[in-house]
Amino acid sequence: MGKKKKQVDDRFKKFGTVSFTSISKVNDFVDYLEKGQVMGTRCKDCGRIFFPPRADCCDCLTSNMDWVEVTGPGKLVSFSKLEYAPVGFGDDLPYCIALLDYGDYKVFGRIADDVPEEEIQVGMEMTTKVNTLPNGQLNYVFHKA
Amino acid sequence: MGKVGVIGVGQSAFVRGYPGSIRELAFEGFKEAMQDAGISRTDIDASVICSAPEYDKQRSPAGVLAEYLGLTPQPTFYLESLCSSSSMGLRTAYSLVKSGLHDVVAVIGFQKMSEISSAESQERMGRGADIQWESPFGTMMPAYYAMYARAHMAAYGTTPEDLALIRVKAATYGQINEKAVYRKPVTFEMFSDPESPMSGPVASPLRVGDCCANADGSSCVIVASEEKAKAFSEKPVWILGLGAASTAVNLAGRELFTGLTVAREAGEQAYKMAGITPKDIDVAEVHDCFTIAEMMAYENLGFAKPGEGKDLIRGKETYKDGSIPVNVDGGLLSKGHPIGATGGSQIRTIVLQLRGEAGDMQVKDPEIGLVHNIGGVGLYGNVSIFGR
Repeated sequence: MGKKKKQVDDRFKKFGTVSFTSISKVNDFVDYLEKGQVMGTRCKDCGRIFFPPRADCCDCLTSNMDWVEVTGPGKLVSFSKLEYAPVGFGDDLPYCIALLDYGDYKVFGRIADDVPEEEIQVGMEMTTKVNTLPNGQLNYVFHKA
Repeated sequence: MGKVGVIGVGQSAFVRGYPGSIRELAFEGFKEAMQDAGISRTDIDASVICSAPEYDKQRSPAGVLAEYLGLTPQPTFYLESLCSSSSMGLRTAYSLVKSGLHDVVAVIGFQKMSEISSAESQERMGRGADIQWESPFGTMMPAYYAMYARAHMAAYGTTPEDLALIRVKAATYGQINEKAVYRKPVTFEMFSDPESPMSGPVASPLRVGDCCANADGSSCVIVASEEKAKAFSEKPVWILGLGAASTAVNLAGRELFTGLTVAREAGEQAYKMAGITPKDIDVAEVHDCFTIAEMMAYENLGFAKPGEGKDLIRGKETYKDGSIPVNVDGGLLSKGHPIGATGGSQIRTIVLQLRGEAGDMQVKDPEIGLVHNIGGVGLYGNVSIFGR
């Protein structure tokens, strides 16, 4: 009998055009993306919401987390349109990275490719939606609210 | 406890494609600092070697460099805080001396960036951001700083032209700094000339002219106890104040996007320790990896109120003859930015200024100088204040 290979839960490698992380205690984040949901976590002990999601709360020193969905509009804090890209991202060019403020937390991501740059304004309301990239990877992007 | 002084400073020329290995590169800055201090290698009790390891093929460069520079068997170790590594090295050397553990410590910064391509370099620098949650979106340093620029413009009416003025100032002094990698003149008009490389888009609203150049280089700062400094040096420059801070690596964990909290906090600590206010600074070196970074530094260090940094550059107040000269050696924009060597080079400039040895770049009779050195996109911040 051959040695049984231990199964590695490396679901996180599916996040983003190129993922630099394959294993995380919040691997379920990727399962939620597959279901069309962008999720953060909330500490069951103190109620603090984390985005990006965390497995552990540094205030309570516990790991009792619930998943909570990122819903509704956030305010655009800032953005930048890239004309150059790091290795592995060239096929995505040009693209806009951006930050949305949801009040209790903020979300860093990209603006959807179909939003014209001249319509993007700091302070505008945008929503966060799951996106499948041409290479089959998953991320999330911001649309006009 | 006595004061802690700087008795020797040196740097290599900052160049593209240094024709030698990292140990040979480190030797150049070390040699200049040792000759400046007029001491021999056996006078050095310990060395702190500073760089960003993602560029190094050598694992644990400290031992290799220390051996090449003749600093064995004394203790040596490696220290990293991205682009502020050698300012963090100064902070560490200060505490080693202040504690009485050592009398003389060499802070050696180096970086040989040219061994990898610019795109690879961007990818590796980008990994100084959050690789789990941000890098998968294709982030890079210019784009992060561009987001700060956009927020600053939206909040305060700062313009891309204001940022261009900062680059024009940098080039004014880069041309007269023989250690600078970029020595050509840059005019304001180049930014609106589609034929000029300066106007090319990188990450909106930042253009090619808003970004510093990668370079290979080394620096060395020799720190000594008050007793040793007075014994070795006729013109020691004293460390009056040190500040350091950190923040969330992920932009989602931050609150301020029109400035860097680490610079503000490190500045406040350094001013308090030195017992001075921003008005007392006669000459400053700030971390202008991008033009917007210098603009924010004016405000975060208290040279201007938030949103009023643009008035300083429009009025040429940060030129050599202005009210607060900043980066009159060309800054990172013209001098180049060899990550681990940068802080040491900034310290060198301020020490030479305070000794009245800055040549054509000399500011009139400065007594107190400041170095602002940032690691990552405002992830780490160091502010160091020096006096005669």
